[in-house]
Amino acid sequence: MFENLTSKLQRAFKNLRGQGALTEENIQEPMREIRMALLEADVNVKVVKQLLDQIQTKTLGQQVAGSLSPGEQVVKIMHDELIEILGRDTARIKFASQPPTVVLMAGLQGSGKTTTSGKLANWFKNGGHRPLLVSVDVYRPAARQQLKVVADAVKARIYEGHADEANTATVERLVKEARREAINTGCDVLIVDTAGRLHIDDQLMDEMQSLKSILNPQEILFVANAMTGQDAVRSADDFHKKLALTGIILTKMDGDARGGAALSIRNVTGQPIKFIGVGEKYDALEPFHPDRIVSRILGMGDLATLIEKAGRNVDQKKAQELATKALSGDGFSLGDFREQLRQVRKMGSLKSLIGMLPSVGPFAGMQKHADSIDEKQINRVEAIIGSMTEYERDHHEVINGSRRKRIARGSGTSVQEVNNLLRQYAQMRKMFKQMGKPSFARRMAGMKMPGM
Amino acid sequence: MFRSLFGGSDKPDEQEKKPGFFERMKQAVTRTRESLSEKIEAAVAFTKEIDRETLDTLEATLLSADLGNTTTQEVLKSLREKADRKQIQDGNELKRLLKEQMYAILTRNRNPPATRVEGGPEVILVVGVNGTGKTTTIGKLAHMLRADGKSVLLCAADTFRAAAIEQLEIWGQRSDAEVIKTKQGGDPAAVLYDALQTAQSRKMDYVIVDTAGRLHTKTNLMAELDKMRRTAQRIIPSAPHEVLLVMDATTGQNGLQQARQFTDSSGVTGIVLTKLDGTAKGGVVVAIARELGLPVRYVGVGEKIGDLLPFDARAFVDSLFE
Repeated sequence: MFENLTSKLQRAFKNLRGQGALTEENIQEPMREIRMALLEADVNVKVVKQLLDQIQTKTLGQQVAGSLSPGEQVVKIMHDELIEILGRDTARIKFASQPPTVVLMAGLQGSGKTTTSGKLANWFKNGGHRPLLVSVDVYRPAARQQLKVVADAVKARIYEGHADEANTATVERLVKEARREAINTGCDVLIVDTAGRLHIDDQLMDEMQSLKSILNPQEILFVANAMTGQDAVRSADDFHKKLALTGIILTKMDGDARGGAALSIRNVTGQPIKFIGVGEKYDALEPFHPDRIVSRILGMGDLATLIEKAGRNVDQKKAQELATKALSGDGFSLGDFREQLRQVRKMGSLKSLIGMLPSVGPFAGMQKHADSIDEKQINRVEAIIGSMTEYERDHHEVINGSRRKRIARGSGTSVQEVNNLLRQYAQMRKMFKQMGKPSFARRMAGMKMPGM
Repeated sequence: MFRSLFGGSDKPDEQEKKPGFFERMKQAVTRTRESLSEKIEAAVAFTKEIDRETLDTLEATLLSADLGNTTTQEVLKSLREKADRKQIQDGNELKRLLKEQMYAILTRNRNPPATRVEGGPEVILVVGVNGTGKTTTIGKLAHMLRADGKSVLLCAADTFRAAAIEQLEIWGQRSDAEVIKTKQGGDPAAVLYDALQTAQSRKMDYVIVDTAGRLHTKTNLMAELDKMRRTAQRIIPSAPHEVLLVMDATTGQNGLQQARQFTDSSGVTGIVLTKLDGTAKGGVVVAIARELGLPVRYVGVGEKIGDLLPFDARAFVDSLFE
């Protein structure tokens, strides 16, 4: 897969140590590496060119600072530049002074408008609002039923109305009725889910414009798929020109797409990315954090998300206890080991966790092995430890040949697997003991995380 | 059989039945072609000799078509060498060479569809990430097969997405194909089982299976696809005969990863490239063909029931560069 950008730059800059400053000549190769990384992340070609020019200007003449290697320095400049472009603050929703606040959803087919409408309704509800949903997608089969199911799932109100004919007149009637309904029922937010349309479909784009003039919405949100490639610029630009978008929602961010489209769309529309969709559940809508997606585009992992995930799913007290026990050396029993495995698993599959680690520093090379991880292996380890007696878990040294045989039978594994586990456990104890020593802490502190 | 859908060669009346195929294909990619040819023309218009700058312009053009950096560099590498040795005479020659290379990549290692067991239904499993147009494609495919006089059974195994079953039912009515379904939240493998049994006992020609959209990174959901394959094999050992990965033409380089993962878990045999009526070029299929040898079987060019066309690599490449 992709080699990490920082390590590539590291190499490109290998011969640069000892040279005082970054010059046009000596940054040519690093610039090529950056270009490739951005292109692989689906950032639009033209946007890439623009970015490179900006970064080059900022980089040239800079002294090679003592604490950072030149490679790290260029990555840092670019990191900061990208965050600058994406906007530092998580954007907010604008509310109408006179309710209802109208949110108009726009986008291509299959970008996730209906699901996102449901998630938004849920988000508004959690914020103490009373959203009303309406679908004016009279074109796609069962699209309106879909929003109805979604609305029921998030327990939000929906205006269903009747759509006997699939034409713009019906669409216009539906939104007018829905707004009246919102006022009559005291709903302060109206979310209008629209049919997916191509930006070059003049007829349907005209319909969008007419919806805009009828509703005078506070927000026109462009829903875009994070996996979109080079065309993101074209469609976002056309939508923006015709509708004057007020924000962007990037969906399907729970996949492994690098999301370069975010940069392209932001660049071409100038509008903030307000939310990202990160799953199929209705609470899987998160405010957008530019720093995280920048790390992702540059292949530097998503540590912040990982840490947040850990915070949400891991029992902090237990984790603290385990850490203290482990680092003090002898106290870390097989039972603790099992507990630790369980805590890690709460955060999701190991593969996805490793994917969030940066591929540099202490974690270098781990990504490569992510594919070969056998999640079932953990089940087997749990089964083996589960087949031990309480006493054996606390005193691993008593586990002799006949005990091993029993444990293997009890857990449905083999003696060999039990042996392996015990060997690994012994190694781990040794490692933890070392980590507990002050010398280790000093060594860790000496390693810096490049570009973060 | 299935092969007959891919070209007119073994069906003399193909041209009469679908007279506008080539034209529509061209029309569908006209926007792509125009922009691409314009740029190439512009690049070679005033220079008889192909210089580096020309090739750089060409590089940007291929990159904007979502071919990806690796594929673009591969395609350009030999052109660069030839240009350096001044072996390329002019723009026409450049175009011809490019066309040749793209065509070679798209037709490399073409998986032939599995040959169907006589008497049993041919099972087509349709997979892909969310929102690429699986259900719509199935509706169109059913229509295409029905128009060819085949009996088709649709299997609504997307029991996850809200109203997916209803959506397939509407396509079933439009294409005159019966739908086997369960309630939302039901077991997809169970519906598949029912559908295959029904199709077998009624001696139907085709079963097209709609699956829930899933991101290729969701291990559990990918394992579910594997389970569906195994379920199908219990009833019809040679099934599924075709596994179509539906991909949206706007997809960027992530398409490669999608193709890899779906191939791993469900044994993809071909790609359906949808939404080609927009401005997106779908060039990632060239990258996929280059790396995985997966052929494109069909292209989706609109929302109407007839807007699914068999893919023809020559026509595709020709349309791009004419």
